[in-house]
Amino acid sequence: MAYNWNWGVFLQPTATGDDSTYLGWMFYGLKMTIGLSLSAWVIALLLGAVVGVLRTVPNRWLAGIATAYVEVFRNIPLLVQLFLWYFVMPELLPEKLGNAFKQTNPIVQQFLSSMVCLALFTSARVAEQVRSGINSLPPGQKNAGLALGFTLPQTYRHVMLPMAVRLIVPPLTSEFLNIFKNSAVCSTIGLLELAAQGRQLVDYTAQPYESFIAVTVAYLLLNVVVMFGMRWVEAHVRVPGYIGGK
Amino acid sequence: MLKHSLRGAFVAAFVASLLSAPVMAQELTGTLKKIKDTGAISLGHRESSIPFSYYDDKQQVIGYSHELMLKVVDAIKAELKLAKLDVRLLPVTSANRITLVQNGSVDLECGSTTNNTERQKQVGFSNSIFVIGTRLMTKTDSGIKDFPDLAGKNVVTTAGTTSERLLRKMNEEKQMKMNIISAKDHGESFLTLETGRAVAFMMDDALLYGEMAKAKRASDWVVVGTPQSYEAYGCMLRKDDPAFKKVVDNALAKVMTSGEAEKIYAKWFLQPIPPKGLNLNFPLSTAVQNIYKSPNDKAFD
Amino acid sequence: MHEFDWSSIPNALPFLWDGMKISLEITLSAVVFGIVWGTLLALMRLSSITPLSWFAAGYVNLFRAVPLVMVLLWFFLIVPHLLESLFGLPRGTDMRLTSAIAGFALFEAAYYSEIIRAGIQSVPKGQMAAASALGMTYGQAMRLVVLPQAFRNMVPLLLTQGIILFQDTSLVYVSALADFFGAAYKVGDRDGRLVELLLFAGAVYFVLCFAASRVVRHYQNRMKTA
Repeated sequence: MAYNWNWGVFLQPTATGDDSTYLGWMFYGLKMTIGLSLSAWVIALLLGAVVGVLRTVPNRWLAGIATAYVEVFRNIPLLVQLFLWYFVMPELLPEKLGNAFKQTNPIVQQFLSSMVCLALFTSARVAEQVRSGINSLPPGQKNAGLALGFTLPQTYRHVMLPMAVRLIVPPLTSEFLNIFKNSAVCSTIGLLELAAQGRQLVDYTAQPYESFIAVTVAYLLLNVVVMFGMRWVEAHVRVPGYIGGK
Repeated sequence: MLKHSLRGAFVAAFVASLLSAPVMAQELTGTLKKIKDTGAISLGHRESSIPFSYYDDKQQVIGYSHELMLKVVDAIKAELKLAKLDVRLLPVTSANRITLVQNGSVDLECGSTTNNTERQKQVGFSNSIFVIGTRLMTKTDSGIKDFPDLAGKNVVTTAGTTSERLLRKMNEEKQMKMNIISAKDHGESFLTLETGRAVAFMMDDALLYGEMAKAKRASDWVVVGTPQSYEAYGCMLRKDDPAFKKVVDNALAKVMTSGEAEKIYAKWFLQPIPPKGLNLNFPLSTAVQNIYKSPNDKAFD
Repeated sequence: MHEFDWSSIPNALPFLWDGMKISLEITLSAVVFGIVWGTLLALMRLSSITPLSWFAAGYVNLFRAVPLVMVLLWFFLIVPHLLESLFGLPRGTDMRLTSAIAGFALFEAAYYSEIIRAGIQSVPKGQMAAASALGMTYGQAMRLVVLPQAFRNMVPLLLTQGIILFQDTSLVYVSALADFFGAAYKVGDRDGRLVELLLFAGAVYFVLCFAASRVVRHYQNRMKTA
C-alpha cells in the first residue's frame, strides 16, 4: 500500500499559530478526556450509591422514584441524552438562567453538559450494581444489624454498605473503564477531547492514518493504566471467604 | 499523499483490465473508468449550505451548486455514452469532505468548498463556480459592526472551513480572547447563533444570507464586517485525474459561457427559494461575472 | 421559557420511519454477525491451541478498550480507502451502510464473545465428559451438547446486549447515515425545531427500549421458574 507516512507531523507547529504542536493538541484532548471522565465518575459514584440504596429500601415511593430514575437513564441512548443536556436543557430553563449559561465560555458549557450527562448516565448503571450488591448480602446481615438496635439507616451505614461496596468493586471497574470510552461521544457537541482532536488532526494535518492510530493508541494506554489501577484497588478490598477473596 | 496510492490503483486497475476485460477502443482511467465500469457515480452534497446544496422539506437535495453538479453528471453520461447512470448521493460535512473524496467514497463534490493552494495538495478542483467573501452574521441590535468588536466574545464558525482557520489565526495574532465554537455544519452554527450561545457567526457571505432564509424572522439578522478573504468555490474531485477533470471543467465552462449559469444564479439568489420562500437578493458580483465569462480553476490565495 | 411547536413532526414521520428502518437494519445485522463471530471468538479463546486463544484475547481486549465512536470513524473515513488499496476494489462503492454494519458487528462481537464465553463456562464440565464418553468428538460435543445449553442460559443477556446495541446505533450520527436519530436531528435542524425533535427522539427510544427490556425480564422470570 502506497502512503506517505509522516509521523513527524505531530511535532510541527499547528496551522493556527497558537504556539502548540499537533502533539500538544493531542495532550490537550487527553487531559480533557481524563478530567471529564474523572469528574463525572465521582458524581456517578455518589449518585449511584444513593439511588441504588433507595431501590432496596422498604418505602415504596422512594424505591419507585429510584427505579424510574434508573429506567430513564438506561433506556435512552447516551448520544440523545447528551444532545438533550446540551441543546434542549438551556432552552427549558427560565430564560435568564438559560441565557446566563449560554453566554459563558463555550468550553465550560460543553464540559458541564458532558459531565452532567456522563455522570447521570453512569450513575444509573452504578445504582444497579449497588442494588445487586446489597441484594446479594445474606438477609441475616440486615436482621442482625436491626437486632443489635441499629436503626435502618444505621444498619445500611455500618453493616450492609461497607460489605456491599467491597463486593461490587469488580463490576464497578468495568463501569469506570466505560466512562472513559463513553466520553468520546462528547466530541459530537464540539468538546475538544481526545476523539475530537483526532478528527481535527485529520483535517489540519491531512495525515489520517497517523492521527487515527495515535488517538486509538492513546485510548488503549488509558485503558491499560486504569485497568492496572483498578486491579490494585480490587486486590486491597477483596473480602476473605468470598469468591475472588483470599 | 494520494498521488502514490492513486498511481498504485491505476496500475492495479490497468493490470486487472488487461487480464479480464477486452481492451476498449478508448482507454479510460481513474474516475471515468470507475463510472463506466460500475454504471454509477457517487456525488457529495451538503445538508445545510443554503442556497448551494441543501435539503428541501422533502429531504431532496437542491441548490445552485447541486444544479451545476447535475449538469456535469449529464455531460459525463454523454461522454461515456451510457444509457443509464446511477447517481448516489452522499452527505458530507466541512470537516469530512476532503477525506471522503480522498478515500474514494465521493467522486465529485459541488457544494460550498473553497479552492485554495493548501487543499490542492490533497484534492483536485474544477473550474470555479462561485466567489465569496468571509464575513459575520449577527443580531441587528447586537452592536457588532466589524471583527474587532468580537474581542472577548463567543463566536461560532463551522468546523473544517477556511473561516475556522482565519478566525483562530486572528484570535492568536491579535490576542482577541474570543471563545471560538466550531459547530458541525452551517445549520448547527446558525442554531448556536440563534439560541444566543454566540454573538456572531463567521462564514462565507453567501452562506450567511442563505442561513437567514431559514431564520424565524430574517429581519432580526444582519451581515456585517470587512471581508477577511475572498475565496473561489470549486467542485472537488480526486487529485491527478486529468481525464475526469477535463470532462467536469468542460461541462461547467459550457454552462457558464452559454448564459445558462446566469439563469441558475438568478433562480437561487434573486428569486424566492425553499424552505421558507425567502428571496436572498444577492446580486451577481463582478467576480462571479468574470468566472462566467472566462472559466478557470485558479485559487485566490 | 421555550415555546413548543410540534408541527414539523407529523409531516416528517415517513422520513423518520425510514431512519428507524436503518437503525433496525443495523441492529439486526450486527446482532446476528456479532453473535456468530462472537461465538467463534469465544471458542477460540477457550481452545487449547495457544495462537488461537491469544488472537481471540487480543481481539476482544482491543475492541473493548476503544470507544465505539472511534471504531465507527475508522470504518467511515479510513477503512474504505484501506480496502481499496489492499484489494483494488472499485472506488466509490457506497459502503456507508455496509461499513457501519461491519464496524458495529466487529465491535459488538467482542462484547458478545465475553457473554458467550461465560455462558459456555457455566455449563458443568461433566456434560463435556459425558459427551466424549458417548464417543462424540470435541466439535460434536460443543455443537450438540454444550452450546445449546449455554445459549439457553444466555438468551436474556444476549437480548439485553441487543437493546444496548440498538441504543448505540444512534452513534452512526458521526458517519452521515440517516438512522432514526440522524433523521430526527436533520428535520430539527432544517425546521429550526431541534428542541422538539430531540425530545421526540428521546421519548421514542425510551418507549421502545423500556418495552423491550420488560419483555426480556418477563422471559427471564419465566425461565427461572421453569
